[in-house]
Amino acid sequence: MARRQPGQPRRVGDSPAFKWSLIVFVVVTSLIVIVSPLVVIATEALGRGLPAYFAAIAEPDMVSAVTLTVVVALIAVPINTLFGIAAAWAVTKFDFPGRRLLIIVIDIPFSVSPIVAGVSYLFVYGLQGLFGPTLQSADIKILFALPGIVMASMFVTAPFVARELIPLMQAQGRDLEEAATSLGASGFRTFMSVTLPNVRWAMLYGIILCNARVMGEFGAVSVVSGNIRGETNTLPLHVELLYHDYQTAASFAAASILAFLAVLTLIAKVWLERQGAGRAGRPSLSGPPVPAPVMEKA
Amino acid sequence: MARRVLPGLPLALGFTLLYLALIVLLPLGALVFKAASLGPEDYWRIISSPRAVASYRVTVFCAAVATAFNLVFGLALAWVLTRYRFPGRRLLDALVDLPFALPTAVAGISLTALFGQNGWFGGALAPFGIKVAYTQLGIMIAMAFTSLPFIVRTVQPVLEDLDPSIEEAAQSLGGSDWTIMRKVILPLLTPALLAGISLSFARCLGEFGAIIFIAGNQPMRTEITALLAFIRLEEYDLPAAAAIASVMLIAAFVMLAVTNAMQARALRYTRRD
Repeated sequence: MARRQPGQPRRVGDSPAFKWSLIVFVVVTSLIVIVSPLVVIATEALGRGLPAYFAAIAEPDMVSAVTLTVVVALIAVPINTLFGIAAAWAVTKFDFPGRRLLIIVIDIPFSVSPIVAGVSYLFVYGLQGLFGPTLQSADIKILFALPGIVMASMFVTAPFVARELIPLMQAQGRDLEEAATSLGASGFRTFMSVTLPNVRWAMLYGIILCNARVMGEFGAVSVVSGNIRGETNTLPLHVELLYHDYQTAASFAAASILAFLAVLTLIAKVWLERQGAGRAGRPSLSGPPVPAPVMEKA
Repeated sequence: MARRVLPGLPLALGFTLLYLALIVLLPLGALVFKAASLGPEDYWRIISSPRAVASYRVTVFCAAVATAFNLVFGLALAWVLTRYRFPGRRLLDALVDLPFALPTAVAGISLTALFGQNGWFGGALAPFGIKVAYTQLGIMIAMAFTSLPFIVRTVQPVLEDLDPSIEEAAQSLGGSDWTIMRKVILPLLTPALLAGISLSFARCLGEFGAIIFIAGNQPMRTEITALLAFIRLEEYDLPAAAAIASVMLIAAFVMLAVTNAMQARALRYTRRD
């Protein structure tokens, strides 16, 4: 770390004038860019007093938006977690042709705009889409209904758990699992008692980020949801609806719930990083899970 | 020597492929199919229409400016977080990820409230004739906010691992701080900076939620490509939506290739002892 011990030579940029002007610049800019949006949510949401705030939160359409958002997360996040585990197990514990390509494909949703994801879903399940006519004659609703919202959310979050697990499981190698199975443990038992204890914080880290994104997703969901008030409106969509309805205070009240979730997510993230998950265990937070050579033990 | 093969490959790989096929590849394939079924002339007419071209220009230009801002501010932020100790440093470090955690629609309405004419910052800038909301400046601010963490988080680990003896050597040779920064430290940071730039730029190109509230969305002037695709959809002009979305998809794949190349390079640098 950069802390200078007594007797150590000074490092570049250590002169007090430079150091403190840079700190002030960074802190002030961060206050403007990062902190003030949080503050403005609180002031706008509470601008008409606490009773009005709680009345806005208890409003039936708001409650139904919160409920839908939670339901979507309860479906999408567990499936995504299973996908992350399966993908990481396949990619790190076996060698097969196309393995590197598979890792790249897992990462695709990170690069694709949520709008493109949403539009793509219309061409599968929409009336002019591949399965649209069939689904309509069978009276199955996917678009503008829960399944579409869940699938669009699963699209945008596909890499979240997998990319936390892959670098870690890659670095840990296969020896422990091989020892366990050679002693007669089943594949499931090997995973539960050998692999999982080593990756549980990283997995939880991925789950928390995945959950935050599912609950906050706007672009992809706004295309597939149809914005039916009280029915297919998730919380972020409800924020938009109220905002365009000129119900600014109510819109910020809805936003405050999501902002609260974001702050909780950040707190959980910091705590998990202290357990060695996330960027603490990786060369870079935003890097794709590049299969690393076995890391040396420090 | 043959290694013992672990169990579970068919199940794990099967589920992985099923998920990717159903959730990711089928929709993208359907989009490409729809766009391809337009025929080259119609396709070209849609994607080269003046309104579409203007939207590319707005999107790319604003993304470039936002990324440039993030390059300067992100580097300064990463530098301050790794090099200096001051009260509130850990809190600042945690707050850097807020733009990733905060839903984009929430970011959009709060930035609009801040930079609108009656907002704290919008009101302060108005006397100087600077209008942010409903101009390209607003788009840039929304883009810069949502992609801020990328450059900080790619540069930070490299700065942390920078060997002090390199600086010492440069100092003992008589280099001033500025020279050492320019000739020694920045070159070492370049791979990470490039990786962060490509991630940040790619994110700006695809951003939607944070921008549409603050942009004003005037065709030809403050309309981003993602919004144009969305508008075509709402007009039930599905072929045009498919064509424009396919342009964004192609841009995303180009950026994915660039990002992967940059990151592989950055990782090679960090690993080299």
